Amino acid sequence: MLSNIGKYFIMLQSVFGKFTKWRILKQLIFKDIESLIIGSLGIVSFISFFVGGVVSIQTALNLENPLLPKNLIAFATRQSIILEFAPTFISIIMAGKVGSYITSSIGTMKVTEQIDALEVMGINTYNYLIFPKIVALLLYPLVICISMFLGILGGYIACVYGGFSTSGEFIEGIQLDFIPFHITYAFIKTSFFAFILATIPSFHGYFMTGGALDVGKASTVSFVWTSVVIILLNYFITQLLLT
Amino acid sequence: MIKVDNISKSFEGSEVLKGISTVFEKGKTNLIIGQSGSGKTVFLKCLLGLFETNSGQIFFERTPIDEMSFKERTILRQEIGMVFQGSALFDSMTVEENIMFPMQMFTKKENEEIRERANEVIERVNLINANEKYPDEISGGMKKRVAIARAIVMNPKYLFCDEPNSGLDPKTAILIDNLINEITEEYNITTVINTHDMNSVMEIGEKIVFLLNGKKAWEGTKKDIFNTENQAVSNFVYSSDLFKKVREMYLKK
Repeated sequence: MLSNIGKYFIMLQSVFGKFTKWRILKQLIFKDIESLIIGSLGIVSFISFFVGGVVSIQTALNLENPLLPKNLIAFATRQSIILEFAPTFISIIMAGKVGSYITSSIGTMKVTEQIDALEVMGINTYNYLIFPKIVALLLYPLVICISMFLGILGGYIACVYGGFSTSGEFIEGIQLDFIPFHITYAFIKTSFFAFILATIPSFHGYFMTGGALDVGKASTVSFVWTSVVIILLNYFITQLLLT
Repeated sequence: MIKVDNISKSFEGSEVLKGISTVFEKGKTNLIIGQSGSGKTVFLKCLLGLFETNSGQIFFERTPIDEMSFKERTILRQEIGMVFQGSALFDSMTVEENIMFPMQMFTKKENEEIRERANEVIERVNLINANEKYPDEISGGMKKRVAIARAIVMNPKYLFCDEPNSGLDPKTAILIDNLINEITEEYNITTVINTHDMNSVMEIGEKIVFLLNGKKAWEGTKKDIFNTENQAVSNFVYSSDLFKKVREMYLKK
């Protein structure tokens, strides 16, 4: 475990070592933006919209006291989506989707000796394979932004059309006690998660050994470790920024 | 010329290469032969610098690889062409893009000029109508040709091949062997081939190094192999009846 942590940091150092030619790197970055960011928008939108709706319905069903104002439904929906659901929950989903893709694509390159072929040519394979993914995932906060918007929209539609509150009450609730720093907090942790999402799965793909079956195993291990690190980091960042 | 001086390599306490010394000469096709597990691939990867040796030195011309600066190693790597056992073509690129890749990476030439050079080597290795195809759309023999084309596109000084004809039918295997041999002579490069295919030994083995359990057990030319009294190499090379008969006929002559 300790040696793996050491290897991970040495890998990070090498990622920012000898740089690949810009004209090649540019193509790789665009390819990765397409597969990691654009390719994830569909599933992120779908999950965010419906989970937002569910959060809103469950909050509404639990507000049994008639003295509690209906705008609390929107308030609770906004808080859960902005603070936790969009940045953390979506990142765990992305650890499965994007993380597995990164591990399996790099792992397959390893198994089929494509990484050896790059090394023999004198290419810094860490930079060539991992750096474009880190750059592509700089756009990850944009995905989370879309997730936040769609989550709240899903909550609005479920709440208003489900008859739990009026449109006015929901919009009032969304604005209630709004603290702008919560958005900053969400994007700070999203940026850290983006780095984790790019590097831990790359590490597991790059250092895997064995054959095709082991690529699958490496993807599973990568998902577990990416999730664990995201959850721990989430705890520490929250402790640091919100208390 | 590549000189190997007493190299050893271990993995987690298990010694895979034990004090190997030899010389691979320029303009010749050098073969490393031996049973599976004899250390051929590890030896080749040590030559390529993919594995660090535990002891001994490898000289490219007169410079030991472990004394080269990072820049010198980078330059050396650009002078090396490698054909991997499974071809190791980049899945996401077409045949033409695979061949253009090293030049795009290491030269400042314009794409049109690079494409022109790529098409020259494509023609040289007799690849027909495959430029726009992806590696999973072509046969094993064609993949090897693409790998050879990619390996020679930068005019390398050294060509390494790991089992270049494994998984190929005998006719295609001989074509690939001959192609490598012709390229070696044409470009005057040092070629090192890792193989356990006896057809290759008989066809193109100008110098043969036989490895047994990580040690160099024998070395010589393909002519020497007919006359050798080394039991280990005889058992390996003449394990099939066909080759036993070939040897008998050769010795009768």
